Amino acid sequence: MDAKTLQARLLELIRRTSCELPPDVIRAVDKGWRREKPGTNAKYAFGVIRDNIKLAAGKSQPLCQDTGTIICDVARPDWVSERAFRAAFEKAVDEATRVGYLRQNSVDSITGRNSGNNLGPGSPVIHFHETTAKALTARLMLKGGGCENVGAQYSLPDTGLGAGRDLEGVRRCVLDAVNKAQGKGCGPGVLGVCIGGDRATGYVASKETLLRPLDDDNADPVLAKLERRLLDEANTLGIGPMGFGGATTLLGVKITARNRVPASFFVSVSYMCWAYRRDGFQLSAAGRIAKWLYD
Amino acid sequence: MLLEAPFTEEMMRALKVGDLVEITGVVYTGRDAVHKYLHEGGKSPVDLRDAIIYHCGPVVVKEGGRWVVKAAGPTTSIREEPYQGPLMEQYGLRGVIGKGGMGPKTLAACQKVGACYLHAVGGAAQVLAECVTAVEGVHLLEEFGSPEAIWEFRVAKFPAVVTMDAHGKSLHANVASVSAEALARLLKP
Ligand code: SF4
Repeated sequence: MDAKTLQARLLELIRRTSCELPPDVIRAVDKGWRREKPGTNAKYAFGVIRDNIKLAAGKSQPLCQDTGTIICDVARPDWVSERAFRAAFEKAVDEATRVGYLRQNSVDSITGRNSGNNLGPGSPVIHFHETTAKALTARLMLKGGGCENVGAQYSLPDTGLGAGRDLEGVRRCVLDAVNKAQGKGCGPGVLGVCIGGDRATGYVASKETLLRPLDDDNADPVLAKLERRLLDEANTLGIGPMGFGGATTLLGVKITARNRVPASFFVSVSYMCWAYRRDGFQLSAAGRIAKWLYD
Repeated sequence: MLLEAPFTEEMMRALKVGDLVEITGVVYTGRDAVHKYLHEGGKSPVDLRDAIIYHCGPVVVKEGGRWVVKAAGPTTSIREEPYQGPLMEQYGLRGVIGKGGMGPKTLAACQKVGACYLHAVGGAAQVLAECVTAVEGVHLLEEFGSPEAIWEFRVAKFPAVVTMDAHGKSLHANVASVSAEALARLLKP
């Protein structure tokens, strides 16, 4: 595949991610909508959210104007170098910004200047892994600032929360994070949680776990149980969509774990808003999209 | 409930928490850079008396010489909490559209000047962009960049929920106290 084709395929990945929510997320939104009582502000919020999902897909325009931090996770076969992929992806990002699939969203932290094309130091984010598979797999997540701001990292033990260095401690941190996020991250949200790691890898893993399909079960039965429990408990808090009050505070909880050094015990929580924009595809060496990963 | 320009104090004082409203008229976008700029004494390029400010960083592109709004949902309002109350009083703002609600300073200012906080559905950029019938101008575009500029949007039937009213009531405070109680139950040792 030539550079132009790769760029075109990546542009399509960006367009789809920004404009169309994947089916697993839509199913969760619909379930939340059915759960809320008629006539409530919560039901109303879900109604607007569902209209918005349909409208964005129909018009091929961004679901939310905050097209977020651009995070791409790539399993790279040896027919494309990191350099070539990055070059093609950056061109696709530039083009996506020009045609309005992405907002001009990258700001110089010192001068406050907007780069105008989403390119600059640290943007876009690309995580590469090598793969022996023939096809390239790329997953893209657009993570908005409002929900990123309510992410949280705890260092256990936390006396204020009565959280020790065990799963009960993790549970306390997560519920605290959900309560503090109310109203701010465009709920109902989805949590990505990493137990352990260091401060940097913990947050990275908490985001990576948001690449899982929303309705899968954790391969680790202990974490699977904790995920279900936290989802049920969070939904008794009464925060509801947009923090208007209601029965649907979260759409999902995803938990992963990393080894830690004996002295540290971090719990890192990434909050993803209902506009859970992540998609992915498998791309053959010839440039054909073999499969969309969340369909 | 229809909220049609010109926006008046009487109109805003009649609203209460939980009301669904549809706004018709001109609203001005303004977010972090604009609020900081005005608060530090910068001159407003538009007349903000009786105006509604919209916490929004839209996607707007030029098509055939015209500005076209591609996405226009609300951004998190609480970041403007240090500035909003004083600006509300200084300019006599009638309302703020945003998401996530605001704090006690803004709530007090709403009560004092007769204004409301109008909560749009966060992330609903397309539904809300459909309500923008015309872009009537843009200011401070060079200085702050497109998402941070002041855009003059003419809107029709822009939907929002009153979550802070001019009577000192806040839906956010109510929900926070309900959830705090529920959390305390869940975390009981
Ligand atoms: S939190 Fe999500 S839905 Fe809300 S404004 Fe940010 S990106 Fe959009």
